[in-house]
Amino acid sequence: MHDDHGHGRSHPHDDYDASSPQIRIEALEDLLVERGIADRDRIDATIERFEHDIGPMIGAELVARAWADAGLRTRLLDDADAVVAELGVRGAEIEHIEIKANGPGVHNVVVCTLCSCYPWALLGLPPNWYKSPEYRARMVREPRAVLSEMGLELGPDTELRVWDSSSETRFLVLPERPAGTEGWPVYRLAELVTRDSMIGVARAAEPNGQ
Amino acid sequence: MSIDLLEGTPAAPPRDNGELVFSEPWQARAFGLAADLVDGGHFTWDEFRSQLIEAISRWEVASDDGEAAAPWDYYRCWLTALEHAVAECDLLSGEAVADRAAAYASRPAGHDH
Repeated sequence: MHDDHGHGRSHPHDDYDASSPQIRIEALEDLLVERGIADRDRIDATIERFEHDIGPMIGAELVARAWADAGLRTRLLDDADAVVAELGVRGAEIEHIEIKANGPGVHNVVVCTLCSCYPWALLGLPPNWYKSPEYRARMVREPRAVLSEMGLELGPDTELRVWDSSSETRFLVLPERPAGTEGWPVYRLAELVTRDSMIGVARAAEPNGQ
Repeated sequence: MSIDLLEGTPAAPPRDNGELVFSEPWQARAFGLAADLVDGGHFTWDEFRSQLIEAISRWEVASDDGEAAAPWDYYRCWLTALEHAVAECDLLSGEAVADRAAAYASRPAGHDH
């Protein structure tokens, strides 16, 4: 068996039949590349970018900056697309982004009930649970129960707003800034901003041991 | 002012909370190929999304009826959507793809290429 073909692509082997996704995607890609419609290097570069360069650290920095700069926060809530463009975030031009701020008595959470819409440019590709049928259905039907199962308990007085993403609008939650972080620089604040807190299924991390 | 991804700082946040972006190589290929066809102007993300919604919805209906052929697999839905999008804009015929897949599936063990 040849397990390494030496050209960076993982090849399916003999134990896959024609209906397996491994064979189907290989056939599709090869045919499109042979016809000059798709380009192998560009595909490699896109995968590389989403695996290594794009991820929640981009959204985390945005949130941390908004925590540190009230003016930026106001503009971000008013017109996120403009701020994101100004900051030079790559790939943001294909998405219309709205930022929903948590505050005392208000908590926001994001779902895509029909598929998996998500602010790619700010968070990368969504985690598996975000795409699961259970999350997509239950976050609308019984959001407090789902949040509680995910470890986030909201008081009965907290208003919960569930935002259903669409191809038109992708949402990002601006979590509340944890207490005890006064005067922190942006890079330290960003450490507290988890992916889950920007989807709204968690709070920002606490500054433990600081 | 630009987003510099906090590079070089010890405080760079975890990028994906420990979860792999793609759990299998074919998923990455399916994602990258769709993105390449969008970049090439063959279809838009909106058109692709409609196909994806349809593929997911077909799986959910089959699942509700107890007839789902396979367990939930997001990237299988993605792949189905991609095949439909490719067929819809006449980039390839379904027959050409099926023929090629059949040929690949019948490769002998330990094939060279």
